[in-house]
Amino acid sequence: MSTVKLTVNGKAVSAEVEDRTLLVHLLREHLNLTGTHVGCDTSQCGACVVHIDGKAVKSCTVLAGQAAGSSVTTIEGISKGDELHPMQAAFRDNHGLQCGYCTPGMIMSAIDIVNRYGGKLDEDTVRHELEGNICRCTGYHNIVKSVLDAAGRMKVAQAAE
Amino acid sequence: MGVEGIGASVVRKEDRRFITGKGRYVDDIKLQGMTYAQFVRSPHAHAKVKSIDTAAAMKMPGVVGVLTGKEIVDDKVGNLICGWAITSKDGSPMKMGAWPAMAPETVRFVGQAVAVVIAETKNQARDAAEAVVVNYEELPAAADIRAAIKPGAPQLHPEAPGNVIYDWTIGEEAATDAAFKSAANVVSLDITNNRLVPNAMEPRAAIAEYNEAEEHFTLYTTSQNPHVARLVLSAFYNIAPEHKLRVVAPDVGGGFGSKIFIYPEEMVALWASKKVRRPVKWTGDRSEAFLTDAHGRDHLTKAEMAFDKDNKVTALRVKTYANLGAYMSLFSSSVPTYLYATLLSGQYNIPNIFAEVISVYTNTVPVDAYRGAGRPEASFVVERLMETAARQLKVDPGELRRKNFITQFPHQTPVIMAYDVGDFGASLDAAMKAIDYAGFPARKAKAKSEGKLRGIGLSCYIEACGIAPSKAVGSLGAGVGLWESAEVRVNPVGTIEILTGSHSHGQGHETTFAQLVADRLGIPISQVQIVHGDTDKVQFGMGTYGSRSAAVGMSAIFKAMEKVEAKAKKIAAHQLEASEGDIVIENGEFKVTGTDKSIALPMVALAAYTAHNLPDGMEPGLKEGAFYDPTNFTFPAGAYICELEVDSGTGKTSFVNFVAADDFGRLINPMIVEGQVHGGLAQGIGQALLEGAVYDSSGQLVTASFMDYTMPRADDLPSFKLNHTTTLCPGNPLGVKGCGEAGAIGASAAVINAITDAIGNNKLEMPATPDRVWHAIHG
Amino acid sequence: MYETIYHRPSSVDEAAALFAKGSEAKYLSGGHTLIPVMKQRLASPSDVIDLGKIKELIGIDVSVDAVTIKAATTHYDVAMNGPAQKAIPALAHLASLIGDPAVRHRGTIGGSIANNDPAADYPSAVLALGATVKTNKRSISADDFFKGLFTTALADGEIITQVSFPIPAKAGYSKFPHPASRFALTGVFVVKTKSGDVRVAATGASQSGVMRVPAIEAALKANWSAGALDSVKISADGLMSDLHGSSDYRANLIKVMAQRAVTAAG
Repeated sequence: MSTVKLTVNGKAVSAEVEDRTLLVHLLREHLNLTGTHVGCDTSQCGACVVHIDGKAVKSCTVLAGQAAGSSVTTIEGISKGDELHPMQAAFRDNHGLQCGYCTPGMIMSAIDIVNRYGGKLDEDTVRHELEGNICRCTGYHNIVKSVLDAAGRMKVAQAAE
Repeated sequence: MGVEGIGASVVRKEDRRFITGKGRYVDDIKLQGMTYAQFVRSPHAHAKVKSIDTAAAMKMPGVVGVLTGKEIVDDKVGNLICGWAITSKDGSPMKMGAWPAMAPETVRFVGQAVAVVIAETKNQARDAAEAVVVNYEELPAAADIRAAIKPGAPQLHPEAPGNVIYDWTIGEEAATDAAFKSAANVVSLDITNNRLVPNAMEPRAAIAEYNEAEEHFTLYTTSQNPHVARLVLSAFYNIAPEHKLRVVAPDVGGGFGSKIFIYPEEMVALWASKKVRRPVKWTGDRSEAFLTDAHGRDHLTKAEMAFDKDNKVTALRVKTYANLGAYMSLFSSSVPTYLYATLLSGQYNIPNIFAEVISVYTNTVPVDAYRGAGRPEASFVVERLMETAARQLKVDPGELRRKNFITQFPHQTPVIMAYDVGDFGASLDAAMKAIDYAGFPARKAKAKSEGKLRGIGLSCYIEACGIAPSKAVGSLGAGVGLWESAEVRVNPVGTIEILTGSHSHGQGHETTFAQLVADRLGIPISQVQIVHGDTDKVQFGMGTYGSRSAAVGMSAIFKAMEKVEAKAKKIAAHQLEASEGDIVIENGEFKVTGTDKSIALPMVALAAYTAHNLPDGMEPGLKEGAFYDPTNFTFPAGAYICELEVDSGTGKTSFVNFVAADDFGRLINPMIVEGQVHGGLAQGIGQALLEGAVYDSSGQLVTASFMDYTMPRADDLPSFKLNHTTTLCPGNPLGVKGCGEAGAIGASAAVINAITDAIGNNKLEMPATPDRVWHAIHG
Repeated sequence: MYETIYHRPSSVDEAAALFAKGSEAKYLSGGHTLIPVMKQRLASPSDVIDLGKIKELIGIDVSVDAVTIKAATTHYDVAMNGPAQKAIPALAHLASLIGDPAVRHRGTIGGSIANNDPAADYPSAVLALGATVKTNKRSISADDFFKGLFTTALADGEIITQVSFPIPAKAGYSKFPHPASRFALTGVFVVKTKSGDVRVAATGASQSGVMRVPAIEAALKANWSAGALDSVKISADGLMSDLHGSSDYRANLIKVMAQRAVTAAG
């Protein structure tokens, strides 16, 4: 057992966990942040994607100890109070989700994509960049649409800040 | 009517909780004192369980209990059942082998549970499960259809000699044979319909809680139909009587059929929760999903189509072997029979059809309904034959189809189904226009000049949805009726709760069902709450599958709404001192037509509940229920056209264009309908190009993770161009047909027809992997 | 996953000392190989020693002659590194094709080549470019480093500190991804060195891991063009054969990917 200290969604947290604990389980079981999901056991589906120090990572493939000292952002931490993150709003407005299970990871990956590419996104790039996130419901059509839409919204939001 | 009524693309009410991470799936739920279950599963496809030693596991840290198959049998927990009786052509009933929730004596597929460990934490349960010592005596396995039907094949169940579950036929054999004898041309194909793993992104999970004082169980489970789960768990598995069992299916992360069935894990969790007197949670991981979720498809078919000299189809003859796995899952028997062979007429006027279906046991996980369930297999047979015929007869594949389209409705096919309405030519026209079909030869020639192989493929599918008229399915062997129920509760303040037996696991019912209410009453959807997925709240329901929620589930709401409105009108008329017949409902108000007199819905509701001033003899309250039983299936149909290019160096397929023209009748929410089509197309394309569950000859699942089983990813798929043509369904009050399965039913044939067109070789099996396509090109 | 003890040393020496103390210790870099294997309970290290935060193991140096990537540098950082992109574009391109974006944010070059998965991308670049693998004990040439499936010249407890890639005259990488796993079903890295030598390595294809392809090297040495490979025959003997690629298909892919890599290299 070890004490793991890190920042999650802007708050300092500390948890006493077995060393084999994965970050996703730290989030779900110990911090009750159940928006981050587990959809596979081979690091492929991306339902567990969170940001560590601003970069998208698969929290099912990171030990809690590896994240110690880092700043982790989950799906619960991206809206400002009632105001949705532009990516969340774009997913809703473009029907980018159905069952909702892959959605948190999809949104966290998508934000990372836009952060890396800024406005230089096209459909092919989005499809390629979503390689690490599997959705079984949407056929990706509306997810791709959502990400492209959000890229524009995020640019506007950044310009306003 | 209105911006939130029927026909409006309203954004979904349920989305906010999902996009903010506040969805509540089974694994998100924690109960006080909860323990965790880990199953001990067979590594062998076929073996005798000689002994199980649990002593070491019991001593492991945190272990609360270790339970085995012998104990579940000793406690008289019932065997799993198949709820649809099929009769063989010789009149004998289907041969159902016993399926205990945990195997006491014999395991018949890799992953079958033999014991369960309950512990304080998930890791402790898993650690201890490894300490359970199971002594197996391996038996020879039959891992696929061919191996199972070979003379001398290993026998799975004593009840089923030769591993045959039933040998069933439909249609007129003699007339069909005669039509083939007099045919001008005959086209024939051997078809493998590849085995698929549904892979809803949320793995199955269950939490069971036993309340000793009340002798009452609660089960939280990933189910598409919690009431059916409760019924089966009570009536057949003897876990608890219905009134002592509450089943809750909260947010469910996709189903696609795989979450219809009641699985051993839920049974064991319930039973174990009473044994250990603690809540028990089981959450499957993806590896368990691959090994234990019911798979889909898995047919071997020989199909022949006869044509007269005018290229009119005169007969269709089909012989199919269907793999049902090691045990008969809940609806498995119906999938390759009544959900498959009854659709073999496709969109065509075929006077003679005869089909024989032989379902067999193999040492693989059970096979049952997966999106489309039988209908994709039927559509693939018919549409591959049509395309092959067009090439063999040297006619345009579109023209050949048109020549044979059914144009008069209603149309009775030779295989039970009576199509009520449709316009197949209109869908094909729309699809051809969308893809510029006429311009294809020029595009192909241009691609060729650039060294590329371009192809185009059509698929004109039909499906039977809105499952299903109870009397009809009862006469065909179904153990349940397939109606739906609804209750409309108008609260005293005028807000509305709709209780429905349908279950939403991605379909957006919380929005579309509210749109129906908004449409009828002219109130915002924010005033309407859809309640589903809890047997304590909703009286009964048959759940969501078979594209039934709009056609059947919403029709039940429609019927209940009619009753509520009738009573509300009486109250309004009484309050307004007007005649009931003069009351109209507009924008949430009850108005006396031709006057400015009106009363708002909340005042009518309040009047109903205060009951101070109601018409004489009227009961207080404003709440009505309805059961709706459809009179026929619905028949969504459409045309899909796929244009693609094949890289001859690698065999890789790239989409140029994929267009769909679907006729779903009335669309409640076009945005959601299109989302359903996108998802269905992805699964149909996935079957055609990417997905295939493969067992090796010893019965080990080779494709047991996303590392080996190819799930469609964003870069495997194109954006889709969707079109709609409309003939309203006459069979239900809304004119809707259902849209959930169409894409999965129609897409795969379009893709394979396009690839085989591109490479000029018709011999190509699904999934058309780059390796297979490359071999088809280069030999 | 079995219980283990997690360590986060701050230097290579400390890491090596921790390794020596553990009964069955394993190094962890990005974790994207070890953690999945531990999750499947196929590995049960007593101690997991995290190299990922050791500062001396992170960074990229580009000189006139070589691109040197320190072992715990992520695939993402290699793919995005301007000087590296300029010096050996094919190498940065290869890094951009590994796994998926989230994997590239964690996975490292040291972890990849120490694991030597027969379908990993990096080994092909290391071998084709004739890189030198430096450890806390010695330098190992690429030709001596890879010893077959999941096997390398590394001694027990030895830590890769950096990989140094000589800058070639031309290089290209073409990958045909495994449809499901997105590893290389076959990937080919072609190099024309500044001295005019040609080295070609294929990953994902051979039963014995990353390999040189002499037939293609000879043809390209005679004529550096995709067309020069038209008549080259690659034998399917010794190639992997599985659900997604038979050995003859992989033999074809070696040639086709080599041709595309040459075209990309210019």
